[in-house]
Amino acid sequence: MNSKTRELILSLNNNKPARKINIMEVCGTHTMAISRYGLRQLIPENINLISGPGCPVCVTPAGDIDWIMEIMEQYEISLFTFGDMLRVPGTRSSLYGKRSEGKDINICYSPSDALDFARKNPVKKVIFLAIGFETTIPLTAVIVKRAYLEKINNFYIFNTHKLIPEALELLVNDREIKIDAFLCPGHVSVIIGSKPYGFLAKNYGIPCVISGFEPEDILQSIAMILEQIKKETAEIEIQYRRVVKEEGNPAAVRLIYEIFDKSDSTWRGLGNISGSGLKLKDRFLKFDAGTQFPVKKIRSGEPAGCECGNVLKGIKRPFECRLFSKTCKPESPVGTCMVSREGSCAAYYKYERKHKNIKSDTKNLYKNR
Amino acid sequence: MYKKFDDKIIQLSHGDGGIKTGELINNLLLGYFGNDILNRLEDSAVLNCSSKKIAYTTDSFVVDPIFFPGGDIGKLSICGTVNDLVTTGCTPIALSLAFILEEGFPVSDFKRILSSIKNTINANDLKIVTGDTKVVEKGSVDKIFINTSGIGAIDNNLDLSPRRIKAGDKILINGGIAEHGIAILGSRKEFNFKSSIKSDCASLFPLVRDMISVSKKIHALRDVTRGGLASVLFEMSRASGTGIDIYENEIPIKKEVLGICQFLGLDPLYIANEGKMIIFVDKKEAGRVLDAMKKNKYGEDSRIIGEVTEKYPKSVVSKKSYEGNVVLVTRLGTRRTLDLQFCEQLPRIC
Repeated sequence: MNSKTRELILSLNNNKPARKINIMEVCGTHTMAISRYGLRQLIPENINLISGPGCPVCVTPAGDIDWIMEIMEQYEISLFTFGDMLRVPGTRSSLYGKRSEGKDINICYSPSDALDFARKNPVKKVIFLAIGFETTIPLTAVIVKRAYLEKINNFYIFNTHKLIPEALELLVNDREIKIDAFLCPGHVSVIIGSKPYGFLAKNYGIPCVISGFEPEDILQSIAMILEQIKKETAEIEIQYRRVVKEEGNPAAVRLIYEIFDKSDSTWRGLGNISGSGLKLKDRFLKFDAGTQFPVKKIRSGEPAGCECGNVLKGIKRPFECRLFSKTCKPESPVGTCMVSREGSCAAYYKYERKHKNIKSDTKNLYKNR
Repeated sequence: MYKKFDDKIIQLSHGDGGIKTGELINNLLLGYFGNDILNRLEDSAVLNCSSKKIAYTTDSFVVDPIFFPGGDIGKLSICGTVNDLVTTGCTPIALSLAFILEEGFPVSDFKRILSSIKNTINANDLKIVTGDTKVVEKGSVDKIFINTSGIGAIDNNLDLSPRRIKAGDKILINGGIAEHGIAILGSRKEFNFKSSIKSDCASLFPLVRDMISVSKKIHALRDVTRGGLASVLFEMSRASGTGIDIYENEIPIKKEVLGICQFLGLDPLYIANEGKMIIFVDKKEAGRVLDAMKKNKYGEDSRIIGEVTEKYPKSVVSKKSYEGNVVLVTRLGTRRTLDLQFCEQLPRIC
């Protein structure tokens, strides 16, 4: 550990807040970094880091998985998606299960792989299962635009994209949760900048810091939040300055709204949030798998006893779910939060389940290796 | 002198036991691997062994692609089995070599693989004493699958086993992790990135010989392959009933490997190696073993990466259900659990 980090940790512990503070880290990558580096062991006990709804896999409702599986069942489809989606449980099975049964389901690392495949295989119907927040939406927008310009007729997207700021508004209005500050997502903010969070500070008086993903970034962001709380101000600050600009990436945002309109969207655990989703504009509807491959609506349900909803809202910690590490484990997940590498339950399971009560002795930091 | 083998592609008849099979064995395979035992072409090889204890292992190789930076399926199939053998401290005395070939496989590629196998066995003074070749219809396997097995003679005074691991032992590794996995990844067509990372695929027989010659207090060895360093540490913790502390700062890893892992969201601790071994050694002799390793070509970057903590750590309720306890001490000094991975990060890595 370098001396700067050491000083940061010591000053966090010396400036311990007077009351208990709930800081929600919105992004799954932050959740993972916090668990992975054991940051809870380094900060004062009365700073409570709670995980938010910022893992796209986790907030995908079972209904969406059931829907795409029904499409796979009824039509001859080549499906492309990111790896984690395969293991998300629908009501009965997962895409992983479908792949073992022989369905053509492929993992891709870039959405353009799906479009390339469609181009090279004009007789196949290719669907890209589009998932993610503002970070990945521009990528989907690019390939839809390309497919449109190249008049590709065998390419579709199954759209589950969601928008972050709208979900945060729902959370601050929820009376069960008391959020004192947000650690705002770094990657999403690269695209949207800091302004879309403005209402959180202005209307709700909640300090926000857009943070990077190294443990030192997160510790520094927490220090910035404590400083705001101490001064009783609420602002949107950017800690992740080396990447995030206040105005974001306006070209990417323009592209998103060239292809999509805002719509309502259902989040696993949070329900329907107005204006938190996207739908393809009318002239791109021929790329919409949902409308091009009609199937009968299936009855979907969330698994009994699963607390993903409360975990995603930060009301419960993964340990407090009675399925956690009993019936719900990474190898046999019940809820989505255990599926994704960035899900809170997976992060707690993987890194913290044996260390939940450990507190590093920060006084001894100087002596540490 | 062996006759020439002029066929351009592998056909089903090369594996049907008839004339073509004979040509393949006599004109091609014996040309590469012929020796006094193999040349007899008997159903079983008969071996002499002076040792009371022998080591015996087998492994199959299905890696995709079959040629990759730093190696190929042939070299891998020998190194993999030899490394499994030498974790017992034995001297390998015989290997078997069996192919399952896909109809239509180019003989030029096959020869490239055979010559790579030959180089590897010659460099390590090994013998192929028995083998087999099958050919299956196009599409029934992907190009070539290889199975090898090996027998080694163990010195009667030598006993390397996880049972001997005890609290206080130091844990050593012979160099940077995750290179094989990343090299394979980089050579797959679905990944559009170029890197200079080569597979670490190597026979560790010479390294183990050097280590054993300097210390009698090496307690256990394990080669670190599929599942990566974390999985192997976990298995060793479980098998020995001890806890293990590993220091993140001390784990050798090339900057480029780490960068690619971070970019792709992969954890290098779970990525495959093919020329790495962890060594559990009494703390008093760790320095001496480390020096010997560093002098060997395959151990130049050796490091002490951790230590064994205690027999059945306090948190364990019952010894029977002991699941292993490996803790990574992060660069911030915090502690986190290392677990077995629950899903393949990458299929067909070896």
